[in-house]
Amino acid sequence: MATFRQKIEAAIPALRRYARALTRDADTADDLVQDTLVRALRSEHLFQGEEVRSWLYTILTNLNRNRLRSLARRPVLSPIDDNDAPDLAGPEAGGRDIERALALLVEEQRTALLLVVLEGLSYREVAEVQGVPIGTVMSRLARARVQIKTYLEGGRPPLRRVK
Amino acid sequence: MIDKNLPVTEDELHAFVDGELPADRREAVANWLAAHPGEAATVAAWRAQAEAIRARYGATADEPLPARLKLEQIMRQGSGRGRSLAAMAAAAAFAFMIGGGTGWLARGAAAAPSSFNTITADALDAYKLYVVEVRHPVEVPGNERAHMTQWLSKRFGSALEVPHLESIGLKLVGGRLLPGPTGEAAAFYMYENASGERFTVYCAKASAPETALRYRSDDHSAAFYWVDDKVAYVVSGPADRAKLEKVTQTVYEQVDKSGAKRS
Repeated sequence: MATFRQKIEAAIPALRRYARALTRDADTADDLVQDTLVRALRSEHLFQGEEVRSWLYTILTNLNRNRLRSLARRPVLSPIDDNDAPDLAGPEAGGRDIERALALLVEEQRTALLLVVLEGLSYREVAEVQGVPIGTVMSRLARARVQIKTYLEGGRPPLRRVK
Repeated sequence: MIDKNLPVTEDELHAFVDGELPADRREAVANWLAAHPGEAATVAAWRAQAEAIRARYGATADEPLPARLKLEQIMRQGSGRGRSLAAMAAAAAFAFMIGGGTGWLARGAAAAPSSFNTITADALDAYKLYVVEVRHPVEVPGNERAHMTQWLSKRFGSALEVPHLESIGLKLVGGRLLPGPTGEAAAFYMYENASGERFTVYCAKASAPETALRYRSDDHSAAFYWVDDKVAYVVSGPADRAKLEKVTQTVYEQVDKSGAKRS
């Protein structure tokens, strides 16, 4: 049976993949993974669950949310709650449609979509990572897919709808 | 037996794409899609999105790991040390009457709203500033609790109690000294749970002898504030009132006990 640390080690490549897609920046992504590992090792004695992998995704997701929150604190008025789109006007703004489409999503939707399609987590696992009911995961997923589809087809960034 | 004509919901279409549909429904949805080209095109678009995401990022997992992401290296830096402290038994006597018109909450309800605003704003700012720090969130790490208590008490000017929150799954990350609202020293402790959520406790000198418990929140963070024995306490954390209430209650029980010890 794999030890706690072996399980963490085995998850690192997947964590990097998830972080890369979440942040769309290699250095920021590896910072997040490193911070996740530091925290995981430090909290080893607090870990009570069975699924090390889901727990690591949870830590990384929380860290990313903290990161975006600190970015979002800078502008006084921010029309969207996700300021994590530096590459929109960056040097890579040319191609990479899917990357730009992901950048347009709000964080919760991007997280849900990536955990499902890239990381292969079940809806139930994503609900645990995000700390919300499964129905919320599904509506985030649905909104993410609509937004991306609209963007890829129309080329025009869809406006976030006010409920 | 599954009715082929049972209406297919949008949720089912997502579940179909993501392999979450029960086997007995999969075929029905596939048949339904064959008869509904519009929805079938949408499903195909969702699949194409997933493919594009995997094509764009999938290979990241195959890249060689940089040294800083190797576990031995991270452990060598000492971050892996963790110490399990004996969990404190929670005192059960404390009636936490938030929103109630009687009891502890109602005490001194009119006291010093301005100092509430200043101190809570200071504490929330400190929370927001340091909660995102992963490697240097504190000046003194939590495993030097005794030293930290002594040092902060000395600078603060009276004996401080650093709450033990292991019983509710929070580990002491450490503490730091901050300028308080009146320029005097304030003490700041940080805690975190297993999934990295952080809570902070801020203590500063207050002019009011005691106040009621107050709650304040913004989009992402929230705080409980009270004054007891001329010390203001602010417990801050993510904007989840129930969770924060639990932390606040545990903190209150411990600082109140230390107050009782003093008198």
